[in-house]
Amino acid sequence: MTVIEASGLRKEFTVRVKSGWLRRRTRIVAAVDGIALSVERGEMVGYIGPNGAGKSTTLKMLTGVLYPSAGQVRVCGLEPVPQRTRLALRIGVVFGQRSQLWWDLPLRDSFALLRHVYAVPATEHAGRLAHCRRLLDLDAFLDVPVRQLSLGQRMRGELTAALLHGPEVLFLDEPTIGLDLVSKQAVRAFLAALGAAGDTTILLTTHDLADIERLCRRLVVIDQGRIVHDGSLDELHARYGSRRRLVVDLDEPLAAPLALPGVTVESTQANGRRITYALDGTTAAGDLVSRLVEAAALRDISVLEPDIEDVVARLYTRQAAP
Amino acid sequence: MRGDDSLAPHATGSRAPSYRAYLALAAAGFQRYATYRQATVAAVVTNSVFGFLRFAVMLAVIDAGTRTVAGYDNRQLATFVWAGQGLIGVVLLWALPEFAERIRTGDVITDLLRPIDPMSQLLAADLGRAGYAVLTRFVVPVVVGALVFDLYAPRRQVTYALFACSTLLATLVCFSCRYLVNAAAYWLLDVRGPQTAWTLTSGIFGGLYFPVWFFPDAMAIGLIVATPFPSVIQIPLDILVERGSPAVQLGLLGVQAGWVVTLLALCRWVQRRGERKLVIQGG
Ligand SMILES: Nc1ncnc2c1ncn2[C@@H]1O[C@H](COP(=O)(O)OP(=O)(O)O)[C@@H](O)[C@H]1O
Ligand SMILES: [Mg+2]
Repeated sequence: MTVIEASGLRKEFTVRVKSGWLRRRTRIVAAVDGIALSVERGEMVGYIGPNGAGKSTTLKMLTGVLYPSAGQVRVCGLEPVPQRTRLALRIGVVFGQRSQLWWDLPLRDSFALLRHVYAVPATEHAGRLAHCRRLLDLDAFLDVPVRQLSLGQRMRGELTAALLHGPEVLFLDEPTIGLDLVSKQAVRAFLAALGAAGDTTILLTTHDLADIERLCRRLVVIDQGRIVHDGSLDELHARYGSRRRLVVDLDEPLAAPLALPGVTVESTQANGRRITYALDGTTAAGDLVSRLVEAAALRDISVLEPDIEDVVARLYTRQAAP
Repeated sequence: MRGDDSLAPHATGSRAPSYRAYLALAAAGFQRYATYRQATVAAVVTNSVFGFLRFAVMLAVIDAGTRTVAGYDNRQLATFVWAGQGLIGVVLLWALPEFAERIRTGDVITDLLRPIDPMSQLLAADLGRAGYAVLTRFVVPVVVGALVFDLYAPRRQVTYALFACSTLLATLVCFSCRYLVNAAAYWLLDVRGPQTAWTLTSGIFGGLYFPVWFFPDAMAIGLIVATPFPSVIQIPLDILVERGSPAVQLGLLGVQAGWVVTLLALCRWVQRRGERKLVIQGG
C-alpha cells in the first residue's frame, strides 16, 4: 500500500530583495522543484540533502502546512492541506527545532493532554506510553516541566508525543539536530526498533549522515529542490564509485597477488602480512575471502564500509567518479 | 496490536476529538497558571494597590452634595472599582502576545498539525485560565476592598447569576479581541501597534479607567451597543452594582452575547485568512 505519493511537487517562494534605495524587486525561488516520491507502508526513508536543499519545505507540504505551487500530493490517501485536521490524526510529526509539547506542563501531563486531543483509547495510550518510557528512558524526567528539560530529553519527549496516537506515518525533520552523542544514539536506536517493527512508515530528514547509515535502507537525496538519488545506500555507492575496503591479516605474505575483477590492493603493511583491498562491487567480498583462505592462512579480517559523507559530498558537487 | 506495549499504528477507524479534548485543554490552561504562583501573587498585589489609587481618584470627583457621580453612589463606586480590579485578571485585559510570537517564529505550524484548530485550542485553554483567575485574581481584590471599604452588595439574588453569565461573556469578548490583536501577526511583523491600540481603547471606552457613564449618556449608550469594549468591564460591573432594572440587565447580557457571536465569527474568519496566507506564502 502506498502511503506517500507525490508527483511534480513544486514550491516557489517569493522573496523580496532590495535593489537600491527604497526599491525592491521580487524574485521567485523554487525551494522544491518538481519532485516525485512514492513511499510504501512500513518503509523507512532517509531524506537527505545540504542546508537549503528543500527538505523542510517538502515535509511541510506532505504534512499539510504548506500548499504546493504545483503537483500532486497524497498522504494516507488524503490531500494534506485541505484535509489537514483529518490527516493530523493519522500522522506524527517532529520538527527538530520546534516543540509540540506544552512548555509549562510536566511531560506526563503533556502526554495525558495529547491522549484527549487525539481521542486515543486509554489502554492504547497506556501501552504506547509504557513502550516509549522503556525504550527512551523517560522515567527520570517525566514529572519535569518541559521548559526545564535538556534538548536530548525534550527530543525523546517529542518523539513520544508524536507516536502516542499511533500514527501510520511519522515525519521527522532533523530529529537529532543539536543533540549530544548519547541522546543521538538513543534516538537512533529507538527509531531503528520502530522501523524494524515494520508497520509505521517513517520519513526522516537529516543532514547528519550517521543517522541515515544506521537507519534507512532507502535514501532519497535532494539538492536544490531536485531529487538526485532515490535508492539504497549500496546503489548510491555503486553509482558514485565509492569502495568498500577489506583489511586482512595473514600469517605470511601471499606468494602471488590475487587477480580478481574490481579488486585492487590499496596498501600493504607489516611486510605484506596486512593487506587492504578496495572493492568496487564487481566481486563480492565473500568471494575474495574464500580465495584468500585458499591461498594463505587467514588470521583476521575486517570490512570498512565506505564513507557516506564522501559519497554524498561527491553527489552534491555533481562529481561522479570516473 | 501485538502485545500490550507496542507502537503499532492505531487500527484505522473513525476517531475525532470530542468535548473531552476541550475539557483537557481547559484543565491544562488552569494548571499552567496555577504553576506560576509568584506571578499570581504579583498580579494580585498590583491589582489591589491600583484599586486604592483608582478609588481615591473616584472619591475626588464625587459630588459633595448628592454623594453620587454619574449615577453611582459611594458604595456602588467602591464595588465598581474593586470588582473591576478583580475582573481585569479574569478576562485578562492585558496579556503578552504569545500567539503572535508563535506566528512570527513559525511555531504556529505545530498548532496547525493538531486535529483541533488553533483558535479552539487557545479558547479552551483561556477558559481554564479564567477559571483559575476567578479563584485567585478576582477573589483577592474583592476581599481587600470589602475589608477596607463599604462595598455594595446586590439586593437581588438573581444578580449573582447574571453577573456570572456576564463575566463569562466578558471573558469571551476579551479573548476574541486579544486573539484578533495576535492574529495581526499573520500580516504584520510586529503587533505592538494593535496591542497598544487595544490597551488604550479598552481602558478608556471599556469602563476601566472610569465608568463610561462619565461620558454624556448618548455617547455611553453608543459605546455600549456599538463597540465591544464596554462588554469586557463596564457591563459586568453595571450588572453587579444593579444599575438599572433586571430587564436592563438582561438587555446588557444580550448586547454581550451579540458581541461574542460577532467577534468569534470574525476571529474564525481572520484565522482562516491567516492560515491561507501561511500555507501559501510559507512561515
Ligand atoms: N517561507 C519562505 N520564504 C522564502 N524562502 C523560503 C521560505 N522557506 C524556505 N525558503 C527557502 O527555500 C529553500 C529551501 O528551504 P528548506 O526547505 O528549509 O531547506 P532544508 O530544510 O533542506 O534545509 C531555502 O533556500 C530557503 O531559504
Ligand atoms: Mg530544514
